[in-house]
Formats: sequence, structure tokens, C-alpha cells
Amino acid sequence: MVAGAKILAFGGYQPDKVVTNDDLAKLVDTNDEWIRTRVGIQSRRVARDDETVADMAEAAGAKALAASGLEPSEVDLVIVATCSPEVPLPNVAATVAYRLGIPAPGAYDLNAACAGFCYAIGAASDAVRTGSARNVLVIGAEKMTSWIDWTDRSTCIIFADGAGAAVVSPAADDEPTGIGPVVWGSAGDQANKITITGRNGALAQDGQAVFRWATTAIAPVALEACRRAGVTPADITAFVPHQANLRIIEAIARKLGIPRDRVADDIIHSGNTSSASIPLALARMAEQGRLRPGTPALLIAFGAGLTYASQVITVP
Amino acid sequence: MTDQEILSGLAEIIEEIAGTPADEVTPAANFVDDLDIDSLSMVEIAVAAQDKFGVEIPDEQLKDLKTVQDVVNFVSKNS
Repeated sequence: MVAGAKILAFGGYQPDKVVTNDDLAKLVDTNDEWIRTRVGIQSRRVARDDETVADMAEAAGAKALAASGLEPSEVDLVIVATCSPEVPLPNVAATVAYRLGIPAPGAYDLNAACAGFCYAIGAASDAVRTGSARNVLVIGAEKMTSWIDWTDRSTCIIFADGAGAAVVSPAADDEPTGIGPVVWGSAGDQANKITITGRNGALAQDGQAVFRWATTAIAPVALEACRRAGVTPADITAFVPHQANLRIIEAIARKLGIPRDRVADDIIHSGNTSSASIPLALARMAEQGRLRPGTPALLIAFGAGLTYASQVITVP
Repeated sequence: MTDQEILSGLAEIIEEIAGTPADEVTPAANFVDDLDIDSLSMVEIAVAAQDKFGVEIPDEQLKDLKTVQDVVNFVSKNS
């Protein structure tokens, strides 16, 4: 057993193609002003047809690994949170590990939809603390646009593609734990609120019901994650919720009393990238100098299932 | 709770969520046309109203509540 786990580094990857609200207004009956005010998105990234979830996961994983200073051979577990792989098998994690030159690690995909990254960080932290793994590469990677109906204006304006990654490692004995206890749960009675049905199905969601749930049920989970980590929202220097909808993000932040300048708003130029949104936002905030190393950041993810998970991490 | 108390409580909620000055929240005001409040803000207002008045306003009812007085009546009838 080791005392605790911590995050060493983040990495993010986004496809090159930018799709603006004006571009979408040519496909469906919508407009820039409506999208900005309802969901807060100005533009999003969309993967090429031949660009796979594994390709994006590999790119983000390579960046996180390089930033961590670890050699690929030092990683012994790879977890890919995804709900949008092209095929159910083989899984994404084993392919990505092989491509990154990580020799024969444990490798699995995890599906908690948009909540996946926080689930995966929780699983990685537990694996490190119990000794099941030494160093874990955690990746959230999604090609949501391959599961979108481009004639459905309630969903095609929201979802996007990308990947983000983090490296989880043991904390030294004299070091404070860098990943707090995960607070996670689900509401399976509302499974029908966000769905993809059938082999050729498209994502459908009951937007109003999901908005209500996210703006009521999620803030208490974040508060509990703070309590279990021994911090208060006033201590949080970066609040990084799943980038679902800017209105949801701002409503949760308001309930927690966290000032706007500490709140991730990567959705504005990235859209909703499901399990990739939190690590992408973290990687962006790190690049922009908006993260303060050694201080607590609060993560909370929520999505289809319905599922949710939250934890406090120490900024690497 | 009197209708006047519900109205002033509702005005406080609307001011906080939508930034609409409380004195503009009159009984006849239409949420969409007069107060510029969209469907998502209506959900937030419904949730805040539930906390404040203890009356749940389900999504399926929400679309029928078009004016401030409609909400006052709904809360009054169900509290």
C-alpha cells in the first residue's frame, strides 16, 4: 500500500476542423445567438472521418506521458473512458497502450458516459493506492459526432470530439494525497433521459430534464467531494465541471459560491466532448497559466446513465 | 402564504436567476415576451421556487405557466 496517489501531468488533443455556429446554421434551423445563449458554445472541433477514438486517445496520452517525465515502460495500467468507440471490441485501451510503446499493461475501457473521466481517475487512484498498479495513464476520448444526427438541432449544436489524458502516480510518504476520495453515484431510474438506441442509432436527450437534474443534483455531490477531501469551496482554485452546457456550469458554480474566474469554460471553443471535456479543460487551463500547482481543484462529471462522479485533486 | 408573499418571493428568485429587476415582475408579465426568460431559466426558477415554497413544478406543468400570475396560482393551489 502507498499513502496516496497524485496526478503528475495532463495532456489534450483536439481535431483540426473547427465548426462554428454559423456553419451549423446552414445544416439546421438555428443561429449563433440562440446557441450562445442556450448552451454557451461559439465553436467546436470535429474529427475527420478517418480519425478514430484511438487516434485521439493516443495523441492526448502521448502528451500527458511526455509532460509527466515517465517512460512508457513505467506505466502498467491504461484506462480509456469512452462511450463513443467505433466498435465494441477490441477495446480502445489496449490499442492505445501498444501504439504508445507501453509494454503489456492492464488495459480497459470504462463507460460512464460524460462522467467517465472522474470515474477513471477514481479507479486509477485506487489501483495505485492498493498496489494493483504503479503508474496509470487515464484517458478520456470521444468521437461524439459519429453518433450524432446532423439534422437534430437539439444535439448537433452541442456535441464534439477530442481527448484528454492524465498520468496518475504514487504520492511520496511525506506528501499530501493528491487525489481525494471519489464521490460517485447513479440514477438509473432516469436512464431514458440520454440514449443511443440501436446499432445505427443517434444520441437523443431530454434536454430540459437533464438541465433540471444537473442544476439540482450535482452541486451537493461536489460539496460532498470537498468535505471528504477536507477542503471547502472557498479553498478551490480551479473548478472544472464536465463541459456540458455553460448555463449548467454557471448554475453549479453559483450554488457552490465559486467565483467565475476560477471556473473552467472550455466548452465555449470545444463544445461538449463527453468524457474528454474535463481533461481537455485542465490541459487548456494549465497552458493558459490558470492552474496553481499545489492547490486544490474540484472536478465533477455527470452524464448518461445517469451517472456522476466528483473528486478534489491537487494541481500538478 | 398569501398571493402577495408568493409574488414577492418569486420576484426575488427571478431577479437572482435572470437579473430582472424585482419591480418588473408584475402579475401580468409574460415570462418570454415581457421578462425575456427562456425555457432553461424557467427550469432554474421552478427549482428555486420548489426550495422556497416547497411546491414542485414538474417540467410538464412548466410549459403551461406563461405569466407570473400563472406561477403564483400554481404555488398557491399546491402549497
